[in-house]
Amino acid sequence: MSKFQKKQAKTKQQVPTAAMPDIIFMLLIFFMVVTVLREVELQVRVDFTRADNIEKIEQKRLVSYVYIGPEILGGGRYGDTRVQIDDALVDDIYAIRRLMYDKLMEEPRLIVSLRVDQKSEMGIVSDVQEELREAGTLRINYSTLRGAEAPM
Amino acid sequence: MQLKKRSREVAEVPQAGMADIAFLLLIFFLVVTTIDVDTGIGMQLPPPPDPDQEPPPIRERNLMNILVNAQGFILINEERASLPEVRQLVIDFVDNVNRAQDPNLSEDPRQAIVSIKTDRQTPYEIYIDMLDEVIGAYRQLRDEASMREFGIPYRQYQARVSREDNVIREMYPQNISLAEPDPGT
Repeated sequence: MSKFQKKQAKTKQQVPTAAMPDIIFMLLIFFMVVTVLREVELQVRVDFTRADNIEKIEQKRLVSYVYIGPEILGGGRYGDTRVQIDDALVDDIYAIRRLMYDKLMEEPRLIVSLRVDQKSEMGIVSDVQEELREAGTLRINYSTLRGAEAPM
Repeated sequence: MQLKKRSREVAEVPQAGMADIAFLLLIFFLVVTTIDVDTGIGMQLPPPPDPDQEPPPIRERNLMNILVNAQGFILINEERASLPEVRQLVIDFVDNVNRAQDPNLSEDPRQAIVSIKTDRQTPYEIYIDMLDEVIGAYRQLRDEASMREFGIPYRQYQARVSREDNVIREMYPQNISLAEPDPGT
């Protein structure tokens, strides 16, 4: 028989559960605060490009999104490249001017995040940029993901 | 007079189920939460052109023209360049004073302007790749200057000072001009 017998712990092994609801509530409140419910229904396809030298947008409240990409027709088919702001497709590109101007009046430090599909052409992007210039919303951000550039 | 009968029962909310309710809510919020961070390349657009005002004169040597054409080729001052070369070319151009001191490149980083032009058919992806390289060049220059002056990377320095006091930013302002594209064919 061994001399050094392991001592058995006398205390009962039990996790105290009294504070558990409090912990759960804390987690709950955390997730409630960080949750942003899906704000728009995308009607255009937006596959982001990738870039390395990017910055984070710290103040999400200042951001307004402009989506540019091929229209989703359903059944895996895509139409022409369109512009979507908030929940609607923009038919007349000159309407962006007024839309963005109104947003700028509400939030003078507005940042416009351009979420452009990677297969788009620059023509429509620069049209939108021209409109933004006219509206006076000069701070823009080309939304990209972090990562190595996609192979050409 | 008739007295109202008071109930002796102690009004108590049962608390045993509270944790379960909290759990349910927690799981709901866990599922719907998407913690997506917005990242991207920040740019400042120029204000709309004033028809009465002539653009200020810019000396030829202080301007670097980058054109990305419809085929996705990058032309720097009319010469073909490949994407990995762009960064070094921009660095040489902007920081000419501290490097080669070529009389054809910029006089001073503060006066250097990188003008980016595209065609209407230019693929967006290649434009972003190129812009990424240009921003990367500026970042590298700022990093080097920050290491030289303060011994810390630019990112740390930037976090430490306010935007107005940022001398590195003043040394290497990102003068990137986005020109309107040519109406392509």
